[in-house]
This record gives sequence, structure tokens and C-alpha cells, in this order.
Amino acid sequence: MATSIRAAAEDGSAPTTAPGGSRTPAAPQRSDRRSRLYRLDLKASPYAYIAPFFLCFAAFGLFPLIWTGWLSLHRVDLLNQDVMDWRGVDNYTRLWDTDQFWTALRNTFTIGVISTVPQLLMALGLAHLLNYRMRGRGFLRVAILAPYATSIAAATLVFVQLFNPDYGMINWLLSTVGIDRTDWYSETWPSQIAISTIVTWRWTGYNALIYLAAMQAVPKDLYEAASLDGASRWQQFTKVTVPSIRPTILFTIIVSTIGATQLFGEPLLFGGGVGVSGGSAHQYQTLGLYMYELGWPSRQLGRASAVAWTMLLILLLVGAVQMLIARRNRTKLGG
Amino acid sequence: MRSTSRPRRAAVLATAVLASSALLLTACSSSGDKGGSDGASSAAGEKITLTVGDFGTFGYKEAGLYDEYMAAHPNVTIKADTTQDGQKYWDALTTHLASGSGLSDIQAVEVGYIAQATGTLGDKFTDLGKTEGVNASAWLPWKSKQATTAKGALIGLGTDIGPMAVCYRKDLFQQAGLPTDRAEVAKLWAGDWAKFVDAGKQYQAKAPAGTFFTDSASGLFNAALSAQTQQYSDDSGKLVYKDSPGVKKAWDVAVSASQAKISAGLRQFQDNWNSAFANAKFATVVCPSWMTGIISKYSGDSGKGKWDIAAPPVASNWGGAFLTVPKAGKHQKEAAALAAWLTAPEQQAKVFTKVGNLPSTTAGLELPAVQSAKLDYFGDTPTGQIFASTAKGIQPAPIGEQDGTVKTIITDNGVLDIEEHGTDPAKAWANVVKLVEDKVNG
Repeated sequence: MATSIRAAAEDGSAPTTAPGGSRTPAAPQRSDRRSRLYRLDLKASPYAYIAPFFLCFAAFGLFPLIWTGWLSLHRVDLLNQDVMDWRGVDNYTRLWDTDQFWTALRNTFTIGVISTVPQLLMALGLAHLLNYRMRGRGFLRVAILAPYATSIAAATLVFVQLFNPDYGMINWLLSTVGIDRTDWYSETWPSQIAISTIVTWRWTGYNALIYLAAMQAVPKDLYEAASLDGASRWQQFTKVTVPSIRPTILFTIIVSTIGATQLFGEPLLFGGGVGVSGGSAHQYQTLGLYMYELGWPSRQLGRASAVAWTMLLILLLVGAVQMLIARRNRTKLGG
Repeated sequence: MRSTSRPRRAAVLATAVLASSALLLTACSSSGDKGGSDGASSAAGEKITLTVGDFGTFGYKEAGLYDEYMAAHPNVTIKADTTQDGQKYWDALTTHLASGSGLSDIQAVEVGYIAQATGTLGDKFTDLGKTEGVNASAWLPWKSKQATTAKGALIGLGTDIGPMAVCYRKDLFQQAGLPTDRAEVAKLWAGDWAKFVDAGKQYQAKAPAGTFFTDSASGLFNAALSAQTQQYSDDSGKLVYKDSPGVKKAWDVAVSASQAKISAGLRQFQDNWNSAFANAKFATVVCPSWMTGIISKYSGDSGKGKWDIAAPPVASNWGGAFLTVPKAGKHQKEAAALAAWLTAPEQQAKVFTKVGNLPSTTAGLELPAVQSAKLDYFGDTPTGQIFASTAKGIQPAPIGEQDGTVKTIITDNGVLDIEEHGTDPAKAWANVVKLVEDKVNG
């Protein structure tokens, strides 16, 4: 280790003028080298410190990404991955012609919307309430994070019981207010709502904490000024709080969109034995599940990879749209 | 600070490379140590742990066989890993086989997937035919044949077979005005599965509120299909499900049952189905011998003494499994010995008397313990006789590599779709064909 660094350092001594150097040409060789090493340390160390992340990212993020892209252009059997037949873009064009892909895309979108929108609105409201001075605030702030700490499997299994059409508590509660039996497993909207409930339950507290952190940073004078001007609590919320934490809201929207696009565990476990195909008529099959169904039970890794890349492209597209909207909002505010 | 001369960049790179290689080195060395110590532990006489992966109810633990084996072999510890859903189990197993990791020393394979195991996956299993004390002819001839590869390697030892009967609830039959004596009940549908649907209509006309004649149309599909000598594939292993008269017949039975609304519309082996047992939601379930264990488990104390077993319309086999030893396992020899012991006639008989999985060895079927067996849960029903006599009438059908996939699509996306959403059967069938094309033709 020492030798190669010295070699690099000595190599570095070749140029005669070091930038910003205040040394005289007559300075002794040793102190010259030391100062060089010192400067090198200053500049190089940060890269060395962050290197582990980027190396891990290259090994477990970038490489799989590129490899998946390569796979998506081939026909590959899960059980015999050494044999790869070139397919070109066939795997992608075939997706375009497959009804099941469009169903999965539509489901991902609808489940994404009915889970993300209420989730973020509720988180915003909760954060606002937690921002008040009240007793047990610390406890409540920790408690709100509990669902996030619960494992998907455990949470989903409980919800499966709750939503059981015949013996579940939800239908029993609904029946007390005169609503007939709803089949939460097999009907399209009820099953999607049930899955969204699980997602919302798990992530609301998490987002609320992020909002709360942002709200804490809003200057108190703004509220004082607002209340002096006679603004009600609600007006303070809409006119002061929300505009002040707008960047945080945008951040949670982006993160939630990514999460919604990759939704997998909840519908898989919710469906039990038919979870892989997202219900008997694919009524809640998401893109993630479709990818899994192609890759594992059907053993077609190439086509599954094509779905994976399509998901990435969709995310990039959605991200670009969100960025455009954000930029437009910003210029509007700035102007 | 602004300038970035080339030599500095080189230094940065060198540092980064060094730091990373140090990381990699430590990672490699630690995993290397682990491999070394594991390899050493497999020496004879040393303490080893054998893992057994299976699905549903194999009954080894229930019958105390693991404890018995461990008592006789003090150096062996057995760990069982059981998955409830057979489909999920198989999906995970194929992934593990492909990557050669995460495998148990013994892995069970269901008969629907055995052709895939002997075909594409054939090289990944050890040839158990060479294990000491294993003789392929000890099993029913068709059972051993199913687990033999084209090269003649016996990769699976038969556990149980699934001769079928119909389990029914006497209390519900009585309330609906049907006979309760098992001979009388069998007469209701003797000869044809279509008659079973007719009996269902009869039941449904006077059924106790909220109950159905049978649990699921998919179960009925499996039952009716099992009686057919031509199923999804022909003798050469080619998929012929589209034109197979057997599949057509079974499909029609399932469709007529679901249209007559005599089925509770549940998917078998799912939570909802499990709880329906305890709540007496349906009066019959087609029960291969292994299903008796499931019934007693989920119906629980409230159902004890209320179930009885009648002969099926047609004798057939549904399910049954094999024990395999993947080559990737660390203790293949010990695992093969355990698999051979678990599937020997005496042990098969013990499993049968405990959970109802019927022996697949000829000697096992003849054992008095099996012939005279009565399952405690089913009262005085001569279960052993009923199932063993059906076993003799089984006509095995050829199995192809894709049978399991096609079966799952037909039952989960075809029959269940009709049941849950009232989809037009012709449309559902077209959908099945489309899905099979999509899943089978990569």
C-alpha cells in the first residue's frame, strides 16, 4: 500500500509548479514531500471514504441493472441460465401485445393512486397535529412510526384476516351499518382498496415524521405574524405550513411514486396461493408481480428482465414529469 | 484547490482501488473460512444436521419419525422446513436448484412437477437407485417410473400416493335430506363425476343456510381429471391439453358445478379455505388419502366424528410426492439414507395411521396396519381399506414437464375466475389457452 502511494506521490512531483504552493525552490525535499502528501490526503481521502458506497453500488446496483438490460434482449431459462438466445427487442414488443402486461400496468397505477394520495394527505394532517404543543407528544411521535417498523408479511397476514369476506372484521363492521358482504379477495376495486389500505397503514406514519421534521424548521414568527393578522389554524396550515414545506412534499411524492411502482410484497401475500398471478383474473396483479410470475413460475428470465427495464423507464418518465411540474411551480413562485 | 492535475487523479484512483481491494479481501477470506469448517464436519461419525424441505403435511414430524431416527442415529439432527402452499414451494425450489444454494439436504417434489425434475432438472439430483437398501421395484411400478430419468437414474423415492375418495359431512347431508351411510352415499354418484354434480344440485335444493355442497370447482376439476388416462401431455411428454378429452371432460364438470352454484368458490389450501373447514361451510371435499390429514387439522374438534368417507365416482390418483436429494447438498450420503428410511414400508404405514398419507410401496399397502387402519378422527370408517382398494384401480396417465404450470393456470385463472367473477366459460378457456401460450413458450 505504502509503495504505490509513494509511487503515485513521486509521480506527482514531476510538474514543477504546484497550484497555490508558496514554497521556495530551495525548500528541502522531505518537507516538500510531506506537504504534498498532506495535500493529497486532503483531496483524496474524501473519495476513499465514500468509495465503499460506490463500489457496493457498482457491484449490487449498476452491474445487475446492466446485466438485466442485457438479459432482456435474450431468451433465458431460469433453470439453464448459461444458454442465452438473442431476441433483440422482441421481449419488449411482446409486452406491448400482452393484455396481462397492460392489466398489470393499470393495476399498478390505480393501486398507486389510491394508496399514495390518501397516505400523503393523512400524513400531512397528522404531522400538523403532532406539531402542536401537547402532552405525550414524544410518545405519539414514536408510536406513529410503529407500523413502518412492522414487517410486510406480519402486517399483510393480519389484514388478510381482517378482510376475510366471510369471517373478517371489516365485513362484520360494514354489516352493522347495513352494507352487504363485500368480496375483498376477488372483486377488482375491493381487492385493490384492501391492498392500498395495507400500504397506507404502513407508510403514513413514516411520511408524517418527514413532514413533521420539515414543519419544525418553519420559523415561528411566520405563525405569530399570521395569528396577529387573524388567520385561523386552518388558514395558517394552508397559507404558511404547506407552502413552507413544499420541497419536502415533492420529495415524499417522488419516493412514494417509486414505492408504488415497485409494489410487490403486499399483493403477493394478500393473494395467498393466487398471489403470484394477482388473483384469478389478475385483478390486483402489479408490474412487480407480473415480473415475478414471468421470471420464476414461468422461468422466462429474459421477459421478466424486459418488464424490469420497462418499470425503470416508466419511473424515469414519471420522475421527469414531476420535475417539470416542480420547475414550473418554482418559476411561478419566483416570478 | 481548483486545479485537478492528472497525477493527483491517479493518486486518488490508487487509494480508492486499494481501499476497495482491502474490503474485498476481507470479505473473501471470511467466507472461505466458513466453507472450510463446514466441509470438515461431514466426516463420518461427526455431528451433522440434515434439513428436510417439504410442503403441506408429510406427516414425518407428526408420526414422530424424525425423533425416532435421531434416537437411532445420535450424530444426526434433523431440521424440517415446511411450506403450506405447494406452488410457492416449487417456485422457491426451482430457484434454489438453479442457483445451487439455499437447498435442504432432502427436498420433496410433488408428482405434478416430477417430470420437470427428471427432465430439465435431472442432473441436479443424486441417483438414489444406488443407495444401499433401495430397490426401485419396492414401489408401485408406475410410481418409480415417474421418478426415473431418461438415463435411468432414480432421483425420487415415492412417499405417498393419492387414491381418491369423497369426504363428506354426515350432519350436513342429513340436514339436506341425503343419505348418510357411506355405501348409500357412494351410490349417489357411482360411475361418473357428472353424477356428483347432480347430487350437488339435490343437496343445494335443501341445503342448510350458508353451506355449499362442495368446497371448490378447482378441486372438482383436479378430481375429475385424475380419473382420465389422457391428461395434459401425451406419452412423448408433448403438451396436448387443448385437445385432450380428459381435460375437456374435467373442465365441463368443473364449469357445470360452478354454474349450478353448488361450490363455495374457495381456492384450496388458502386461508379462507382452511377457515371454511372449521365453520362447516361445505359438505363434501374430494379427498385423496393425504387430504384426510388436512381435514382433521382444519376442521378441528368441532368436526370430529362428523366426517365420513365414501368411494369416489371413478377410481383415480391425485397427488402424492417423492423425496429427492439435490447434488448441491453437503451430506448427500446421509440424506439418501434418511430418505430411504422415511419411505420404507414400515415408516409409510406409520405416517398413514397418523395423517393418512397412503403408502406407495407394494409392501406398505399390504401391511395389516394399513389394511385395518381407522383414522381416529373419522370414527369407525375403515380408511385403510377404502383407500388401499382404490389404489389398485388406478390407471396412471403420462406426465409432461409443463403439467404443473398448465394445471395451475386452468384451476387458478380458469375455473376460479368463472367461480369468482361469473366469467363466460368459453371466454375463460380462451384466456387459459392464451396464458399457457404466454407462460410455456418463452
